[in-house]
Amino acid sequence: MDALNSLLDGFAVALSLTNIALMFAGVILGVIIGVLPGLGGANGVAILLPLTFSMAQTPGGQTSAIILLSCIYWGALFGGAITSILFNIPGEPWSVATTFDGYPLAQQGRAGAALTAAFTSSFIGAAVGVIVITFLSPIVAQFALEFGPPEFFSVYLLTFCAFIGMSKQAPFKTLVSMMLGFALAAVGSDTVTGTLRMTFGTATLLTGFDFLVAVIGLFGIGEILLTLEEGLEFRGASAKINLKVVIQTWKELPKYWLTSLRSAAIGCFMGIVPGGATPASFMAYGVARRFSKDGDKFGEGVVEGVVAPETAAHAAGTSALLPMLTLGVPGSPTAAVLLGGLLIWGLEPGPLLFVEQKEFVWGLIASMYLGNIAGLIVVLTCVPLFAAILRIPFSVIAPIIIVICAIGAYTVHNATFDIYMMVVFGVTGYLFKKLDYPLAPLVLAIVLGDRAEASFRQAMLMSQGDMRILFENGLVGSITTLALALLIWPMASTLWSVTKKLAAKDA
Amino acid sequence: MSEVHDQRAALSNKTAELAVAGFTFALGAIVIFDSWRIGARWAADGPQTGYFPFYVGVIICIASLVNFVHALLISKKNGAFVEVGQLKLVLSVLVPSSVYVVLVGFLGIYVPSIIYIAFFMRWLGKYAWWKAAFVSVGTNVFFYCVFEIWFLVPLPKGVVESLLGLD
Repeated sequence: MDALNSLLDGFAVALSLTNIALMFAGVILGVIIGVLPGLGGANGVAILLPLTFSMAQTPGGQTSAIILLSCIYWGALFGGAITSILFNIPGEPWSVATTFDGYPLAQQGRAGAALTAAFTSSFIGAAVGVIVITFLSPIVAQFALEFGPPEFFSVYLLTFCAFIGMSKQAPFKTLVSMMLGFALAAVGSDTVTGTLRMTFGTATLLTGFDFLVAVIGLFGIGEILLTLEEGLEFRGASAKINLKVVIQTWKELPKYWLTSLRSAAIGCFMGIVPGGATPASFMAYGVARRFSKDGDKFGEGVVEGVVAPETAAHAAGTSALLPMLTLGVPGSPTAAVLLGGLLIWGLEPGPLLFVEQKEFVWGLIASMYLGNIAGLIVVLTCVPLFAAILRIPFSVIAPIIIVICAIGAYTVHNATFDIYMMVVFGVTGYLFKKLDYPLAPLVLAIVLGDRAEASFRQAMLMSQGDMRILFENGLVGSITTLALALLIWPMASTLWSVTKKLAAKDA
Repeated sequence: MSEVHDQRAALSNKTAELAVAGFTFALGAIVIFDSWRIGARWAADGPQTGYFPFYVGVIICIASLVNFVHALLISKKNGAFVEVGQLKLVLSVLVPSSVYVVLVGFLGIYVPSIIYIAFFMRWLGKYAWWKAAFVSVGTNVFFYCVFEIWFLVPLPKGVVESLLGLD
């Protein structure tokens, strides 16, 4: 049991006083971020990333920094549930499905039960995700040590094809959004030859677009603009959680073990294959409704309808870190931001991380166990406090959030130009969201663009331009084939339905 | 807010779809153009610099065309993209925010932030002047402490800060 030994070492790292303090600080910050409109896991972590630059330079500081940031992420995952249940406003996209039954429960005066169920299921989902990471990631990393450029390119290809195949949005919109990300990533000097691309003679574009700025704009400013359409006021149910409600709900929860298990499995799968937490939560909700004996009561306020999406969202959110750590391929925008953090601190994510930075990796994995326990304690005890934040009027909180976003965008490179870009990305995010263009592929493409391109070009150099290198051996061939299958399937089905519709019109 | 109830469509969904598809097509065209300029072909030593972005641009253009045609053909989704009342609210935040961002370029972050938060609270929130001033100045003092003192991250500063001797 190599993994268990490494995990114990990890606990030794994570259990220092500073790190535990950082966990609680991170979780509390994360919940606040998750509760506030316009701030979420991805852009919250992006804004706070520059604050860790100095922290990461001290010995052992990289581990502390990742613990802080990942705990912000856990906190944000928990926080999304609070707004969904009490205010019917999903603080995060993955908590949309939680509103379906969570808000009706709150209206019936069972907000405490809904919140307890949500938090506990989140915790269970995350726990399953971490267990998967603990035992699967060393194996994947070991396996990936043998990877060369063609293998890495095929993994990138799989990531992007999975996005097109798994997303609920129109495949061509996903494609546009993703390719725009690649194009943005290409701006600046070419990583292989140093030639300038698409800078059009301006000095500001030399460094290219940073995905952190894109994340802050797309998810932060875009989200605020969307929230505004609903008007300036929030009305919400009041929240009280006491020990009695918690224990009562906990007694009820074991009944739904099968739903939890199923949702956790869906979540882990969707997290590792980059489908993400949002589709996972919807899928888990749908599956739970179909298999539950109270299926027809879903939507009127059943606890099971809160359990399913929350378990899946957290399982997905957590396991999205697996490909990020082992392959350097993030499964979600927030994982992408964390990956960006690793790169800035001077760590190279990928299989070598497990060999060269054992302490860091296992410290992080151990902190996931502890961070989620910290999260559960914090949210169960402090819900009224967090709900109170949402009662701060929007006309006060919105400008403050925009200022925070501006500061966050600036501190990425100390460039004022990035603040302008943030607004441009904000408007883009607003338009794209309203028209169902998915944002996650855009962000991931900006992050991975340069590396996907580099591995593609290296592979092409190895084979002198022969595409067959992507099918050269069983490993790379099967990944590429899987990727193409995922890509072609939805395109074929769209074309099929379009032609059928046209044929029906003609007839 | 009475404007919220103005539910006439400021922009139809179809127009918005067409406009965005046209816009992404234009972006794709720019990518193709620039990649071709720096060389998008296969040289003796492998793919040229523009090779990868060139095909990215081609895919953007093709996919944009599909989205454009799709929006033209499927007329069912002809609802409102944004209602007049909603658009007013969105612009009432977007316009001041853009002005704020431009001001940051000239005056540093603190002074525009104070003005922006105060303006927002006063104009949209109808708060008393002293409340707006208190919140906006307080927030910025807090940011100053967190960033400049605690985490040692310098933020942009302008004339006012140098007069106060803060930079």
